[in-house]
Amino acid sequence: MIKKKNVLSETLRMIILLFLVSFLAFVLIVKSPIDPLVSYIGTESTLSQEAKDEIVEYWGLNDPLPERFATWLVNILHGDMGTSITYKKPVIDVIKTRFAYSVVLMMLAWAFSGILGFIVGIICGIRQGGFFDRIIKLFCLTVKSAPTFWLGLMFLVIFAVELGLFPIGMAVPMGKLASQVTIWDRLHHLILPVITLTVANISEIVLYTRQRVVEIINSDFILYARARGENEKQIITRHVLRNVILPAITLQFSSFSELFGGMALAENVFAYPGIGTATTAAALNGDAPLLLGIALISAVFVFTGNLIANILYGVCDPRIRESEAK
Amino acid sequence: MKENILKIEDLVVAFSMYKSGTFKKEKLEVIHSLSLDVDAGEIVAVVGSSGSGKSILASAVLNLLPGNAVTGGKITYKGKEITKERQKELFGKEIAFIPQSVDYLDPLMKVGKQVQGVFGTDERRKELFSKYRLEEDTKNKYPFQLSGGMARRVLITGAVMGKPDLIIADEPTPGLDLEMAKETLDHLRSFADNGAAVLLITHDIDLALNVADRVAVFYAGTIVEVAPKSDFLAGKDALRHPYSKAFIDALPQNGFKPIPGSQPYAGSLPKGCLFLDRCPYKDDACTAEQAEREIRSGKVRCAHAS
Repeated sequence: MIKKKNVLSETLRMIILLFLVSFLAFVLIVKSPIDPLVSYIGTESTLSQEAKDEIVEYWGLNDPLPERFATWLVNILHGDMGTSITYKKPVIDVIKTRFAYSVVLMMLAWAFSGILGFIVGIICGIRQGGFFDRIIKLFCLTVKSAPTFWLGLMFLVIFAVELGLFPIGMAVPMGKLASQVTIWDRLHHLILPVITLTVANISEIVLYTRQRVVEIINSDFILYARARGENEKQIITRHVLRNVILPAITLQFSSFSELFGGMALAENVFAYPGIGTATTAAALNGDAPLLLGIALISAVFVFTGNLIANILYGVCDPRIRESEAK
Repeated sequence: MKENILKIEDLVVAFSMYKSGTFKKEKLEVIHSLSLDVDAGEIVAVVGSSGSGKSILASAVLNLLPGNAVTGGKITYKGKEITKERQKELFGKEIAFIPQSVDYLDPLMKVGKQVQGVFGTDERRKELFSKYRLEEDTKNKYPFQLSGGMARRVLITGAVMGKPDLIIADEPTPGLDLEMAKETLDHLRSFADNGAAVLLITHDIDLALNVADRVAVFYAGTIVEVAPKSDFLAGKDALRHPYSKAFIDALPQNGFKPIPGSQPYAGSLPKGCLFLDRCPYKDDACTAEQAEREIRSGKVRCAHAS
């Protein structure tokens, strides 16, 4: 029963969130200096004033804001997100192809930063104050203060330009026919963006895991375990991992928003054809439909991460699970 | 003469910590030349007021002191010092620990698995669960689901898993009603009657007098007097140290008579006798370090005791 109620309330929250995000994005775009008409026909258009007025009338650009938002909302609900001015394709198609690229990038970076960060965090926590711990902490704080695009540029300079190990950008080799592109080409192009995004996202999970491990090691139940003859290895595998893994996974899921932001910056540095570059292009071209579409889709993405984090906590932590079952 | 199990000789525990407001480290001595021994088949209760550092004694024996602790003196088990190597052989097997509360259990590990520990077997756990009236499905519960009495019995089963010869119980009764506290102490009594040595650390002298064979009075980081239970039951005249006498006087059944002052803080101890500032009988002899003396089958650190 409780479960059903949770699903219902989460769905309701999602709907309210999406409505608010889209409304806010809509208002911001309408109030911005973007003129949809100019974006559409270009500044050097030879169209007559009557023709322009006709387009304005047809699009309903003179209607009051709530009415325009309502029209847009109704269309969205019918699956019509409009047409992208930049790509001359339906927004939904642009998002689909672009998102596929970005998801691969984000998920790889997410998994690597999560697994690697967790392991490193555990080691740092156990060897708190040691040499490795200090180095890693310094590294994490540095990386956390550095902007993602700067990290990307540094990786480009070192690995692509100086060492020539990786291509300098894009998702496939230039000048190759689509039919000739192999999976290895794609992977080769993915490596630097993935590394950049992994490094940009790793510090949080490392520092968090480290802090938790330090807290756990100083707790009473570790003293008790020691008094009962458990050795260092048994304490780590039986107690430390058990108590740190769940919050770490939860943190990693709720970090989808940082991941998304980092992805947008990294894609621009590497000219990777994902959602991030599409956002920049849409913004530069005054592509209102695409911007709105991306705003919606990013909200769904981030919300999903948080939702998974919430559910995981309820399912895996016995203290929450059992108290809800009552 | 019974076999000696635990012997603590001149134990000193100090914490090195930063002096408040400065970057200078200072050593804060919290336990000063403490001596105590526990024989097979007896319960020795260490009694002292809350916050006087009694628990540090248990931590010192079990090598659980934090990294900034410096220790001196000697702790032997069955005549041999407890070294790091020997510790592996003893802890969880021959030497068991009963902690204060359920907080000492891993909150995310099922009770059964924790009771079993790393050395126990499932059969032994089953046997102990039925002996201590714990239902079999308790093993699938998490610590937060245990009631106070259940938690207590779980901690006891955990301790006796390895059939220990020495049990150290640190405040095993607070938060329990009288009946449950009695039950816990009865368990301790039966361990001792079966030949184990029990070191009971508590602030509750009434309960201690119920089960203990000998009582050690803890004051300001050392043990000022060790005496058979009968001396405590006989009243303050049978006791040796002025603090023990005052302790007895301050009990509810003896009229709640307090003495002025409070226990000195570890950082500002008086020279010589630690009870100096509050003692009604103080004189020049008290300013020297008080050595342990044997008087009437008890031990005391007071120049005037008789």
